[in-house]
Amino acid sequence: MPTAEAPAPQPHPQPQSWDDHRIEVILGNLLRSGVLFSAAVVLSGASVYLFHHGHEPADYRIFRGEPSEFRTIAGVIHSAVHGRGRGLIQLGLLLLIATPIARVAFSVVGFGIEGDRMYVVFTLIVLAILLYSLIGSGVGV
Amino acid sequence: MTILEFTAVVAIVSFVAGLLGSLTGLGGGVVLVPLLTLLFHVDIRYAIGASLVSVIATSSGAAAAYVKEGFSNIRIGMFLEIATTFGALLGAFLATRIPTSALAIIFGAVLIYSAYLSRKPRPLDQRNLPPDPLATRLRMNGSFPDLEGPRSYNVQHVPTGFSLMFGAGALSGLLGIGSGAVKVLAMDQAMRIPFKVSTTTSNFMIGVTAAASAGVYLSRGYVDPGLAMPVMLGVLAGSLLGTRILVRAETKSLRLVFSVVILVLGLQMLYKGFWGKI
Repeated sequence: MPTAEAPAPQPHPQPQSWDDHRIEVILGNLLRSGVLFSAAVVLSGASVYLFHHGHEPADYRIFRGEPSEFRTIAGVIHSAVHGRGRGLIQLGLLLLIATPIARVAFSVVGFGIEGDRMYVVFTLIVLAILLYSLIGSGVGV
Repeated sequence: MTILEFTAVVAIVSFVAGLLGSLTGLGGGVVLVPLLTLLFHVDIRYAIGASLVSVIATSSGAAAAYVKEGFSNIRIGMFLEIATTFGALLGAFLATRIPTSALAIIFGAVLIYSAYLSRKPRPLDQRNLPPDPLATRLRMNGSFPDLEGPRSYNVQHVPTGFSLMFGAGALSGLLGIGSGAVKVLAMDQAMRIPFKVSTTTSNFMIGVTAAASAGVYLSRGYVDPGLAMPVMLGVLAGSLLGTRILVRAETKSLRLVFSVVILVLGLQMLYKGFWGKI
């Protein structure tokens, strides 16, 4: 008669705490929706852009740098609102850059709910670097 | 070539790069910049800008699939992201200062190293390592579902891993790639994190790291909407398809082919960099 039974495998083995995993699932879905939404914006901009400029010659051999309307958040929004194809594409790309930043911002809340102060601080540091890159490095608002 | 033709061809090439990158696990971003510069004669700065944006798309797009498997460790990821984002910011600023020929040479070296790493057999996961005091304080140790039930692991050498991650971030910011090869080095070899945990955690980190340098690239005018559009859409579609089909039997020969492609592109980038053709 078996006395020492092998421990029954957990139905859903947890990598860490249950809360961690739940937060991860929410964040994963958030990221995917963010990417699909920004891809849709890029695609809509692409149709406008190709319709108007599709038959012009393509040339990326020489680096000129983008005009300011594609380099600042305000410029991109302004251009997109006026229905310019490249402005819409750039808006989609901005939304894409924003999705991982949103993920980090939500992680601050997640760690806060769990009461993990150390990781709230770590996550805030990452968030500060990301926001500095997007706003402080010259993109501006 | 008209813009319409250019867009179509670049989208197809990016689609194939994204598909192969996700099927082989070597990442599509690493071949994009050399393809754009060598094949389409795009200035390397525009190519890096477009590639970086596509890296964010693949990382975030695959995140939901990885999360379901329950292997990734968000504490390890978030702690190391301090190093990668800081490195990425520095790399992006550096990229705007150094000559394009130097960029090409560094890129060539990274490609050749990635090709070498992809051929090297992966070291077996070491089990039952003693807990490291720093990793324990940082609450990095965890467990993940393995074939014979949940398996716990103890993270090692946190400072070494953190420094290597800073380097990975700097390369990502400098070259517009995910730098998965350096991340694997840091997490698998230095920190002794089990392979399944390190690959899924690293995927999560790649998007955040790339976002840290994307702002700098955007403000410096490296992100051209006309070029980034077909690259981002193509790579995203290719990698999403790649995660769906995952033909396990084919990946071995596919990996060999892809690593040879990476090697050839690396040599070409070195050549162009040294002879000032870029």
